[in-house]
Formats: sequence, C-alpha cells, structure tokens
Amino acid sequence: MQITVNGVQHEIDVEDDMPLLWVLRDELKLTGTKYGCGIAQCGVCTVHMDGLAVRACQLRAGDAQGRQITTIEGLGTPEALHAVQDAWIEHQVAQCGYCQSGQIMSVASFLKFKPNPTDEEIDFALSSNLCRCGTYPRIREAVKTAAAKLRGEV
Amino acid sequence: MGKLKTITRRTFLVGSTAVAGGIAFGTYLAKKPLANPLESQLRVGEVTFNPWVLIDAEKITLIVPHMDMGQGVASVQAAMIAEELDLEMGQFEISFGVPDGAYYNTALAAEAVPFRSTDTGLQAETMRGLIGSVMKIMGMQVTGGSTTVPDTLNKLRIAGATARETLKLTAAIKTGVDVRDLRTASGAVHLPDGSKLLYTELATEAASLKPIHHNVLRDPKHWRLLGKPMKRLDVVAKSTGTLNYGIDLSFDDMLYAAVKLNPHKGSPLASYDDSSAKNMRGVSHILPVTGGVVAIADNSWRAFKAVEAIQCEWQKAPYPAEQGEHWQVVADSFTADRLDKIWRDDGDVQQAVNQKPDAQAEYKAPYVAHQPLEPLNAVIRNGKQKVDMWVAHQMPRFAQQKVAAITGHDQADVHIHQQYAGGSFGHRLEFENVILAAEIGQQLPDETIKLTFTREQDFAQDFTRQIGMARGQGTVKNGQVEAMDLQVATVSSSSSQGKRMDQPMPGPDKQIAEGVWNLPYAIPDFRVRAYRVPELAPTSSWRSVGASTAGFFGDCFLDELIHIAGADPLVERIRLCDDEVAKQVLIKAGELSNWHKPLKPNQGRGVAFVESFGVPVAEVVELTQTEHGIKIDQVTVVADVGRVIDPINFDNLVKGGVVWGLGHAMNCEITYADGRAQQSNYHQHAGMRMHQCPRIIVKGLENGRQVRGIGEPPVPPAAPALANAIFAATGQRIREMPFDKNIKFV
Repeated sequence: MQITVNGVQHEIDVEDDMPLLWVLRDELKLTGTKYGCGIAQCGVCTVHMDGLAVRACQLRAGDAQGRQITTIEGLGTPEALHAVQDAWIEHQVAQCGYCQSGQIMSVASFLKFKPNPTDEEIDFALSSNLCRCGTYPRIREAVKTAAAKLRGEV
Repeated sequence: MGKLKTITRRTFLVGSTAVAGGIAFGTYLAKKPLANPLESQLRVGEVTFNPWVLIDAEKITLIVPHMDMGQGVASVQAAMIAEELDLEMGQFEISFGVPDGAYYNTALAAEAVPFRSTDTGLQAETMRGLIGSVMKIMGMQVTGGSTTVPDTLNKLRIAGATARETLKLTAAIKTGVDVRDLRTASGAVHLPDGSKLLYTELATEAASLKPIHHNVLRDPKHWRLLGKPMKRLDVVAKSTGTLNYGIDLSFDDMLYAAVKLNPHKGSPLASYDDSSAKNMRGVSHILPVTGGVVAIADNSWRAFKAVEAIQCEWQKAPYPAEQGEHWQVVADSFTADRLDKIWRDDGDVQQAVNQKPDAQAEYKAPYVAHQPLEPLNAVIRNGKQKVDMWVAHQMPRFAQQKVAAITGHDQADVHIHQQYAGGSFGHRLEFENVILAAEIGQQLPDETIKLTFTREQDFAQDFTRQIGMARGQGTVKNGQVEAMDLQVATVSSSSSQGKRMDQPMPGPDKQIAEGVWNLPYAIPDFRVRAYRVPELAPTSSWRSVGASTAGFFGDCFLDELIHIAGADPLVERIRLCDDEVAKQVLIKAGELSNWHKPLKPNQGRGVAFVESFGVPVAEVVELTQTEHGIKIDQVTVVADVGRVIDPINFDNLVKGGVVWGLGHAMNCEITYADGRAQQSNYHQHAGMRMHQCPRIIVKGLENGRQVRGIGEPPVPPAAPALANAIFAATGQRIREMPFDKNIKFV
C-alpha cells in the first residue's frame, strides 16, 4: 500500500491492521514518534492525520492511506523549528524527553483550533499526554509562548 | 582491571572515524590512581590526560560516566569539565564512555552509612571513607542515589583543570612563551601577542607530556557556566524527535524480538505451544528463554503479536498469590524477631507511651511500579570475538558481567554502549532486558536483534517499590509534641535487589526507616524501630527509595500529634527542629507559601518535611475541596542542596519530583491476584496528569555544607504534605496510599 508521511509517498508492504506507529518506526525508520503504551493512554505516539492529532498506535495502516500524515520530523527540524518546538527549547521543557514529541504534536494541532487558549483549555487538551518526569508546569508555559509566537505577538 | 584496558576506543568515540590524533585527561583524589581506560588504545596523535577528556586534531570529547535518564547528566557533567577547561558549551562532543572502574561513584558511600547526613563525627566519616574505598575497589560505576552532582563536581572540575594546565604547558614549550603569560578561553590557549592555539592543534604534542595534576579549583564566584542558567545540550534534539534512545536504534538486517515472561515473577515456564505463532507473518524464530518465550520477527509489532499468540503454562509464584496475604505478612512483622534495628531512641519513649498515648495510628504504603515511558529494551549482537549491547543502564559494569556470564565471553569483550534513557526512576538498575537480550544473542549468534518489552510485559515484570506499614503512638503536653514512637515494617528492597546482583546486603537495611529516623527534630522522647518483612514479591529501588514510604509515615504521624497538641503544624516543626540548615528550609517554605494567610473554608494547607540523600526538603500543599473532588492548587518547595549547580535543571527536577510524589500517592499501586500484578498499563497506574498538576513554587537554599543531588529528595515530602493538607481542608486523615482509595481527586 501507499502512505504519505511528511509529504513523501512511501510504498509499503504491511498488513492493513498494522498500527501506523510500527509502520513509521520499523518500516520507515521515523523513530521520533515513540512507543509508550499501545492503548492510547500516554500520547507519546501522537502524529497528525490531515492536520489533526491522532494516536499512531490506534490508527491502522490501511486507514492512513490517502491521508496526509505528519510526524515530529515533518513538523520542524533543528535547523527550521516549528513555533511549538521553538517554545519548547526556550522553556527547556524536556527532562528525559521521551514524551515530548507527542506533547509537541498534540499542541501544534490544538493551537490551530485554539490560538489563544485558557489554562483550563490547555489542561484539558493535554490531559491524555502523560509525562512521567513531571514537566507539566513547563509545558503549560511553553504552550502559552508557542501560542503567542503563532499569533505573531513575539 | 587489566582486562578492561583492552576495550577499544571506538566504543566511546561516537562518529569519529576520521580521528587523526588526540589526548584524554582525568583525575583521582585517591592515593593510587586507577588506570585510565582512554589510554589503552589511543591512536597516533590522540591524547588523553585523564578518563574524562579526550582531544584530537578534530575535536574535543568529554566523557560523562553517569547514565542520563532525564536528570541532565550529559549537560551538567560536561559543564563541570568545561568550566575549568575554558570551553564554551557547544565546543565539544559528549560521550557516555565505556563501563570502567575508573568511573566509580564516590558519593554513594555517603548514603550507605547508618549516620545522619549532618553527622561529621569521626565514626561517621571513617565509615564513609571505608565504604568509599570499597566502591573504588569494586569499581562501582553507578547512577543512582541522587549522586550525579556530588559524585563528580570536584573530580570533573579537576579533570578540566588538569587538561587546561597541560595544554598550557604544551603551548609554552611549543612557543617558548612563559606559561605564566598564557591564558585559556573558548577552547584555545591565548598568547600575549593576541594569537591563539586551539586545543585541537596542541593535542599531538600534549600527548608526549605527563599530565600536570592540577587540583586548585576556581572560586565559584568566578564560574562562567556552573551555578548559572544553562541551556541543556540535548534540549534541541529532545524537542525535534531527533534524539535516539535505545529503543530507536536501527541496524542493517536487524531483527525484532518480543518477550512473554512468567507473570508469576521469578518462576519458570512450565510448557508452551507455539503452533499458531511460528507461522505468523514475518516470524523467524520462537525461542525459550529463562522464565518465558521470545518471538523474533521482522517488525516489532509482528513480534508482539506472535509472542502474544504463544500459549504458555506457568509455574506458580514463589510469593503469596493474593494481595491480602501480602498485607497480612507485613502486619505480622512487628515482632522482636523481625526487628531489624532501633534507629533512634531519644529520651524514654517507653515510659511516655506506657501512660495512655494521645494518638495511635496505622499507616500503609503499597507496591508501586516505576514505568518510565520508554519501555525496557536492548539491542544485542553476539559475535565470535565480542558481544555488543546497546542499552541504557544505571550499572553498566554489572550489565557487562551479566552478559559475559551468559555468552561465555571475557567481560572485557562485552561492549556496553550506553544510551540516553527515556526515564528510569530506578527501573534501569535491574537486568531483565539485559539478561534476555544476552540469552537471545546466545541462541542467534552474529544476528543484530532489538528486544522491546510491550508496556504490559514491562508492568508485569516491574520490580516495584517496597510494601510497608507503620504503627505510631505518641503523647503531647502543654501544646507541644512530647513523645513519638514509630515502628516501620517493610520488605527490604535493598536485599531483594542485591540478590539479583549477587551482592549480599549484610546488616540492617537503612532504607526501611529512612526519612523518619533521621528527622532533625528534638522530640523529648523519640523512638524509631525498623522491622524487616520477609521477602514477598520482588522489589527494587524506586525514586527516593525508603524515604518514599517511611517519610510519609513519619511526617503524617507527627502532623497528627501536632494537631492533637493544638499547635500550628509549621510553627511546631520549626520549634522542634535542631538543625539550623533544616530550620531555614522550614522557615523559607512558610514565607514563600504565605503559611499564615487565612484560606477559604473549603481550602486547606499542609506542610511536610523529609530529609533524604542529605537534602532537607519542606513542601507546603494548598488545595481546595471541590464538588468534583480534591484539587491541588499550589505546592511550595524549599530544598537545601548546599549549592545549586544547574539552576534551570534544579527547578525542573524539583517540580518533577513533586509531580512524581503526588501522582503516585494519589492513584498508583500494584496489587497481586493469583500471583500476578493486576495493573497492566497506564489506565490503571497513571500517576499525575496535566489537569491535576498544581502551580509549583521552587526555592533552592545554599546553607548546607556539602553539594547534594536533587533527583530524589523532592519526592518524599509530597505525599505527606498532600495528606496533611487534605486533613486541614476536610478533617479526614488519610493514612493509606494511594489516597484515592479514601478520597476523590479532580
């Protein structure tokens, strides 16, 4: 089957029901998207499908056909950062960093719909992205900075 | 030690195939220096001054010997070297080095002795010195015990200074300029005429000199990097998905392995039927391993599916099958024959409590899992001459031994390639992934195989925190706490862990009553007795270890006594405090939290104080009782680490420790039924989520005499501060973790 990831079309030979997560990680070697729980409880595998945040561990490869998939590698790079990544670096959010790809992908999608979110909206949007290191206070600050950057205020 | 010298340099020179020459530097304060592992196979033109600095014509490599599990080792330890070597962040590469005795941990000794951290008497110091020597002889290269900074602050700065002075001497010989007229900055020796020689240009010539051991360190007031806000070296990679963890590694023709182990931890596999699994797509092998089976496939998911399809018969657990039985064994352990040690016996507690005690209470703390977000994994390649293993491990030399014992290689021929870890919290002190990967490699030589645990396997096999209970009784008089008598009974996680390391842990287990026996309180009659519960399910070190349970028991029971005395919880703690450093921590926590400012009727404020790993920490929790449950509004944390080396990281780690401590106290436990852990994934053991996270105010004090680590100490006071605040808001005493058994949270 064919799937499009970060604007590049790939021909892959996998079962329809292989989760997109394992297509990305083991077939396409895009390992910025992480495996954490496999049951949509932790959010570390969050990617965008047609711009919307989805859990790659729950999305069947077959259902990703014909859609635009974006991973953390496609959101921005160290040389050309997305505003959310820029804010993440400015606030030095990461500790172990393992959840941060998923956090960033969730936020990048969320801010498209809520460009100026309240604290409660941020908490609600990210309550299904787990961070075992406990970087939540910095994530909150970084989301606000990212939102301001995207609104062109900073 | 000799065999270790033969380790090839390639194992730590990441991505430097075009090395032309170089030098490496290190330092030992001990009398007899250990061999420098970088010396053994230097190429022409490379120079090493010690085990931490390697310079060649191309670049400068700094070795950080601790594992980075998120605590920022890679940045802060490199900054320690760079501070004295006059390097800017970004002018060097870092490497995690090779397992070697030279990287033994000097600071763990402070934790291993049965003395209060403030005790600098002859006996305490002698014992610390003795254990320090054992650590050196054994080459205990360990990441743990919040020792990242205390272990290396001096030795890495000396390593930097030694390298700097040797490079200056090299430049002096080369140019004929008096060494006193040379200065160093930004990776170069600067000459009086304004010209400069890069360190990399001096590497080849420096290699011919004997390194100048230079242990005069700069006054911290002249520090350029340390003690100031630093940008972590890994923060860009961790914000762009470009940092490779062990689980992300990929090699040509790599195979993928998944495992299913006996959920009755430690018991063997009785039999298995792989008839449906072995014919599944992409599956190449089904292998028996100790305690279970492994499926090998061409994709992780196919391996997961295949191993799931294998039907297994398991032998039963060697520990009680049902959780109720575990609690019963704990409850039955407050007996003379299980008394491990009387840790504290001030005044005459017996006489005080022989009268009617004013308070009696029983506390409980359950098994809790580690579950960092990166599941256990390892990549193995078992070649004829050597074994390579890529894994994140807190004790790489023990991992090396474990592998060698399975593959039959010489330990020196087992190459452990240390990886960044996606969290640990103590999980990566254990060896399940290492042993299994070695067993797989033994059966499939010359193949490169990545083993990944599913989250469910990781939960099922996690060696949890110790289970425990405490019984307290005490008296009050004239509005003051008069007597406190606490009995703490837990299993010994140290001896459970020691068994798996083939290390006997003789003597009493200091962790059972850690965080309570060492409280800096002059309660007139104060006794703490530790009881060792016989081993039940296997347990291990969980972030902050014993203090995570005993700290909760001790502080909450003291809080009960203070309330019964009618005293203010903060004021009475300060009055009782007999240590000036700790007292300042409590006073500052009161100031920053506006302790005496009145709250609304549905709100409550609680304080707790626990000292662990030599760090006194006070936390004040402020919360609101809402119609949906308890909402934690704010936590104020004050900790004294002697000196804050990395302020941004300090703030981040303290906040993370509070989140860890609160979250697990709120909603996490591992329970057993039919000998199996009942919790299999994060839906049953999440810890704190974003919407539950309070504002956290952090203050680091620097009154303590010694530099201490901050990874663990913020954890223990979080649970008691929350329980005490719940009492203040609701009048309900919470004496059992997880608290959500008895009260609802938002």
